[in-house]
Amino acid sequence: MKILVCISNVPDTTTKITFTDNNTQFNTNGVQFILNPYDEIALARAIELTEGGKGTVTVINVGEVSTEPTIRKALAIGADDAVRINAKPQDAWYVAKQIAAYIEQNPYDLILTGRESIDYNGSKVAGMLAELLDVPSASIIKKLDVTDATAVVEREIEGGKEILSIPLPFVAGTAEGVAEPKIPNMRGIMSARTKPLLVIEPVEVTGNLILSGFENPAARGQVKLIAADDSASLIALLHTEARVI
Amino acid sequence: MAVLIYTENAGGKFKKSTFEAISYARAIADKTSTSLTAISIGDVAESELALAGKYGADKVLHVSNAQLKNFVNQAYASVIAEAAKKENADIVVLSNSFSGRGLAPRIAVKLDAGLADGVITLPEISGDEFKVKKTAFSGKAFAIVALTSIKKVVSLSPNAYQVVENPAEGKIEEFSPELKATDFKALVKEVIQSTDKVSLPDAEIVVSGGRGLKGPENWGMLEELASLLGAATACSKPVSDAGWRSHSEHVGQTGITVSPNLYIAVGISGAIQHLAGVSSSKVIVVINKDPEAPFFKVADYGIVGDAFEVVPKLIAAVKEYKASA
Repeated sequence: MKILVCISNVPDTTTKITFTDNNTQFNTNGVQFILNPYDEIALARAIELTEGGKGTVTVINVGEVSTEPTIRKALAIGADDAVRINAKPQDAWYVAKQIAAYIEQNPYDLILTGRESIDYNGSKVAGMLAELLDVPSASIIKKLDVTDATAVVEREIEGGKEILSIPLPFVAGTAEGVAEPKIPNMRGIMSARTKPLLVIEPVEVTGNLILSGFENPAARGQVKLIAADDSASLIALLHTEARVI
Repeated sequence: MAVLIYTENAGGKFKKSTFEAISYARAIADKTSTSLTAISIGDVAESELALAGKYGADKVLHVSNAQLKNFVNQAYASVIAEAAKKENADIVVLSNSFSGRGLAPRIAVKLDAGLADGVITLPEISGDEFKVKKTAFSGKAFAIVALTSIKKVVSLSPNAYQVVENPAEGKIEEFSPELKATDFKALVKEVIQSTDKVSLPDAEIVVSGGRGLKGPENWGMLEELASLLGAATACSKPVSDAGWRSHSEHVGQTGITVSPNLYIAVGISGAIQHLAGVSSSKVIVVINKDPEAPFFKVADYGIVGDAFEVVPKLIAAVKEYKASA
């Protein structure tokens, strides 16, 4: 089984988000970039599914050369090889088109993405990619097993879950629960330096979306403290002042 | 031209997020001086379909087909895209629900449309310009996106738009699009729905617990408080990582982002990753015994005290309030 894991390079979860150029650019100054946490668990599950010679795991990233540390991290965790499409990932549509173009030339049995990236939170690449490839997709996957050429997945729905059986190939957007993230060991880190990382040039894409600016949420006012033994006042305030109950 | 809204139902009843999306789509139709068509897929009674009219749909397309009994995003996306073509709809509106996130990208590709996901405001439209605000960086910021394609798909965040009645004709039409066998490769084996609990992403009130609760056996009081308030329960990442609660309750940057009217955090210190997931809550109440907990800095109301003493008192106060209301 050949598995392709699509990975994003995103700001670390502790990052304080600020903007420059009149709030039109994300301020990357001093920001630590990491492998998107949802992609990290997709990768962990891919490695588990191919353990013991049952297949190979390729990671793919659309990004400039600055994303290579994140790609090497994925190789250290246990991916067999990597592909970097040498372009700035403009938006989900651009990324999906690049990866679809690559897959059309290089077919895979299973394509994994995280349920969303923690920067733009679009949850769009998996669905767009599946549609471009005309294959099934499922997202917010909490369990993923493969027997022969069929996957059984558990998908989260509002207030419950759904079990689906899906023939390969398909695209899965994975969430917490599908696997525990893997920490690279020393052998992994050493071998990551020499594992193949193929760099390819992007295809032309006509865009349909422009990110025109950013805002930070408005700051909240001073917290109103209520005495620990005076819960009744809190309930009264929530009712008469905040009007939420 | 028209606006098309996809209505989601659970067990034949429209979801609250669907009424929000219909109200929102009606406002866009008014802004662009066009009509609003709703589409409903599955077993939905005529009396329920009529509600789409009550909230602003001029027309309601009803697709009833045994093959579409269960949600399969590939097939549903084809049906909705067909409806958009038939109605000559330039704008398709969906809820940014779990299912909506599976559908919207597919519909956008089928219609050659730009997709604005998780939006929280009505679009600003002037001439060809169509700009809309969405949450980004898991709630740490907002992004303004401009869709430049002729066709547009917009998915609305839950609890971001007020439901408004806006009676329109709501004429019900049966719609029978041709279905492609290749859209049905994914098979739904089982749907497990817990009916007694409020769904977290849609909840208007959320009661959330952290490590300060010391162990899973202490969640009873939070569940009691939640049930009294009609709230969903949630937790912080350390709690779900420790297996005290299910991952589906984890709120934060790598879990669920919520935007309820009221978020009550009990024994959660307020790490930046957790705050990201709750920052668009309208009112935040924090209960923590540490007065230095960072969560107090972003709270509207706070109680400094031991959860095991404060929560039972709060439960008593809610009971009293409910008895007097």
